[in-house]
Amino acid sequence: MVRKVLEGSHAIAEAVKLCNPDVVAAYPITPQTHIIERISEMVADGEFKTEFSRAESEHSAMSICLGAQAAGVRTFTSSASQGIALMHEVLYNVSGMRLPVVMAVVNRSLSSPLNIWCDWSDTFAERDSGWIQLYCESSQEAFDTIIQAYKIAENEKVSLPVMVCIDGFILSHVYEPVNIADKKLVRKFLPKYSGRKMDFDKPVTQGAWAGPDHFQEFKQAQHEAMRNSKDVIREANSEFKKIFGRGYGNGLVETYNMESAEHAIITMGSLCGTVKHILREKRIKDIGLIKVKSFRPFPIGLVKNSIKDLKSIGVLEKDISLGLGGALCYEIRGLTRKQAVSSFVGGLGGRDVKIEDFMRMFDDIREERRGLVWV
Amino acid sequence: MGVKCGFYQGATNCCGCPETIAIRNILEVAGKNTVVVNATSCLEIVSSQYPHTSWGVNYIHGAFENASAIASGVTLALEKLGKKGNVIAIAGDGGTLDIGLQALSGTLERGDKICFICMDNNAYMNTGIQRSSATPFGAWTTTSPPGKFSIGEEKWKKPIVEIVAAHRTPYVATASIGFIPDLKEKVKKALEKKNQPSFIHVECPCPLGWKFNPSKTIEIAKLAVKTGMWILYEIHNGKLNISKPAGKRKPVEEYLKTQGRFAHLFKPRNKHIIKKIQTHVDDEWERLLENQ
Ligand SMILES: Cc1ncc(C[n+]2csc(CCOP(=O)(O)OP(=O)(O)O)c2C)c(N)n1
Ligand SMILES: [Mg+2]
Repeated sequence: MVRKVLEGSHAIAEAVKLCNPDVVAAYPITPQTHIIERISEMVADGEFKTEFSRAESEHSAMSICLGAQAAGVRTFTSSASQGIALMHEVLYNVSGMRLPVVMAVVNRSLSSPLNIWCDWSDTFAERDSGWIQLYCESSQEAFDTIIQAYKIAENEKVSLPVMVCIDGFILSHVYEPVNIADKKLVRKFLPKYSGRKMDFDKPVTQGAWAGPDHFQEFKQAQHEAMRNSKDVIREANSEFKKIFGRGYGNGLVETYNMESAEHAIITMGSLCGTVKHILREKRIKDIGLIKVKSFRPFPIGLVKNSIKDLKSIGVLEKDISLGLGGALCYEIRGLTRKQAVSSFVGGLGGRDVKIEDFMRMFDDIREERRGLVWV
Repeated sequence: MGVKCGFYQGATNCCGCPETIAIRNILEVAGKNTVVVNATSCLEIVSSQYPHTSWGVNYIHGAFENASAIASGVTLALEKLGKKGNVIAIAGDGGTLDIGLQALSGTLERGDKICFICMDNNAYMNTGIQRSSATPFGAWTTTSPPGKFSIGEEKWKKPIVEIVAAHRTPYVATASIGFIPDLKEKVKKALEKKNQPSFIHVECPCPLGWKFNPSKTIEIAKLAVKTGMWILYEIHNGKLNISKPAGKRKPVEEYLKTQGRFAHLFKPRNKHIIKKIQTHVDDEWERLLENQ
C-alpha cells in the first residue's frame, strides 16, 4: 500500500487502473474530465493496458461499453450532468440487458440555467434506470467503491450496472490523502472478469424485444436482482474491510454519533463529511448522522431500523423533484408515520452548505419543523 | 429450414421483404464467426422477439441510433479476447442517414474495424412509412403526403455514400438485392478490410411502403438500377468505380410508374416533376462518370 495525496478524480483513475477494465470509452465534461485525462496519460505511458475509445459523445461512450460488455469484457466509463442525460436511453439498454458496466459519475446540475457545479440532479434523474447507485463521502471512499463496484456488478446474483457517484468539484477537484491498494490484494478481492464471453460456436441474441407476455417478467427479474444486490453490497464491504482495513458502515448505510442521539440528519455524499466534522467539533450529542451510501437499491429496512427510536429526523439533499419536493425525503417519509421529518433542499448548482446552515437545520429538526426548507 | 445458417427461422417479415433476402446473402459471405449489431428497425423487429430469434450468429440490439457505437465496442472487446471475426452493424436508412449519423461518423473517424450495412428502404418503415432523408424526391410517405401544396417529398436524398467516403473510409459501396452476386462480392471486399471500417448501402424495395405487389420486389430492385434511380458503384481506396456497365439507361418514368408512392406524379399538374427527376438522375450519372 502507498499513501498519496491525490485529487478525487485521480483517485478514481488509479482505482480503475487496478480493476483493469479491457475497454474504456468516455467523453469529456466538467467536472468529470480529469478522470479521463488521467486515464489517457496512463494509457499513453503504457501503465494501463486497455482499449481506450475516445467516443464522439456520451451516448456512444455508453454504447461502446454496452457492445464490449456484451461481447464479454470488463468496461468503464465516466460522465456527469448533460452527459448522463444524453446517455439516458442507453442506461436502460445496459441495465435491461443485465450488463455489469461500471461508471463513475461526478455529480453536477442539469441545465437550464447552465451550471457546472455540484448537485445530484443528474443521477437522481436516473434513479429508476436499473443502475445501482453508490454515493461517496471522500476520495478514499470513491477509490474503494470503484473496486467494490465491479465485484458487486459482476456477481451473478446481481448482474447489474453500477454508478459510483462523487460530488463535483467538492470531491473531484480536491486533494486528499488516499491509500492506494496493493495490486495483488486488489486481484485477490477482484479476480479477472469471468462473465460470459462471446462464442462463435454458441451464438446468442442479446437485446431482444419483449411483448406484453414477457416484458414485465424482465422488470421483475431486474427488481429481484436489485434486492439481491443488498446482500452482495454488504458482503463486498465486509470482505473489502477484511483485506484492506477500510469499510463504510455496512456498505449500504453508515451511521455516526447515534449512541445517545434523539434526532438524526439523513444525507448522502460529501455532505456527510461536513456533518461528521460539525458533530465532532461542537460535541453535539443529541443528533446523529445516517448516511445513505446506496440510493439504489434503497436500504429500506436499515433506514427504518435506524430511525425507529428517534424523536425526529431531517433529510438534507442536493436535488429537487419539482412539484413534489426533495426526492430522498419523500422516500424516507414513506418509512415512518411516527416522527416529524424535516425536509432540507440545498446546495443546488454548487451552493455551499455552511456550518451555520447545519446549526439551523439541527434546530429545525429538534423543533420538529415540517415542510420544505431551502438551504 | 433445417440448415443452420446466419439467418434462418421464424422471421415475421412481410411478404416480399427485401431485407431478409439481403441479410441471408450477406451472412452467407460473412460466415458463422460474425457478430451482427442491429439498430431498432424493421429487420430487428421481425427477427428478435423474445423468446424467439432468427439469428444463427451472435446478435446484439441496443437502440435506434447507436448500432455503429455498439459495434465499435464489440470490435474492441474481440480484439482484447483475441477472437477473430466479422463485426457487422446493420441499420435502416433512418438509423444510418438521420439519427445514427453521428455515431456512424464517430466509428468511421476512429477507424474501428466494423462493416456498416445500411438497409435503405427509403423511409421509416418500422413506424409506418414516414419520410427520412433517404426518401426520394416526389415520393409519398405518411409525413410527406402529396396535397394541394405538396408534390410529396420535396428534398433530394442525402448523399450518404459520399459523406462516408469523405471520412476516407477505405471501402464504400452501393448494392442492390436485384444484383445478388454483386452484393456478395461487395460484402466480401468490405469484410476483407480487416483493420478499417467499411460501408455498404443496400437498396431494399419495400412492397408495403412503396406500394407495389410483393411478388415484384426483385423486379423493382433491378428496374431501379436499370433506370439509374439507384446507381451501383464502389469507392475503393478513394477510387470510384461504377459497378454496372452504363448500357442504355431506361427512362425513370418506367420505374416511377410501378409504385403507388409515385402515382400522384402522373397527374397532369405534376408531370414536370418526373422531368425534374430524370434530369437529376442524368446529372448524377454524369457526375459519377466524371469522378471515375
Ligand atoms: C430515439 C428513438 N426515436 C424514435 C424511435 C422510433 N423508431 C423505431 S424504428 C424507427 C424507424 C426506423 O427506420 P429505419 O432506420 O429506416 O429502419 P426501417 O424500419 O425502415 O427498416 C423509428 C422512428 C426509436 N426507437 N428511438
Ligand atoms: Mg427505412
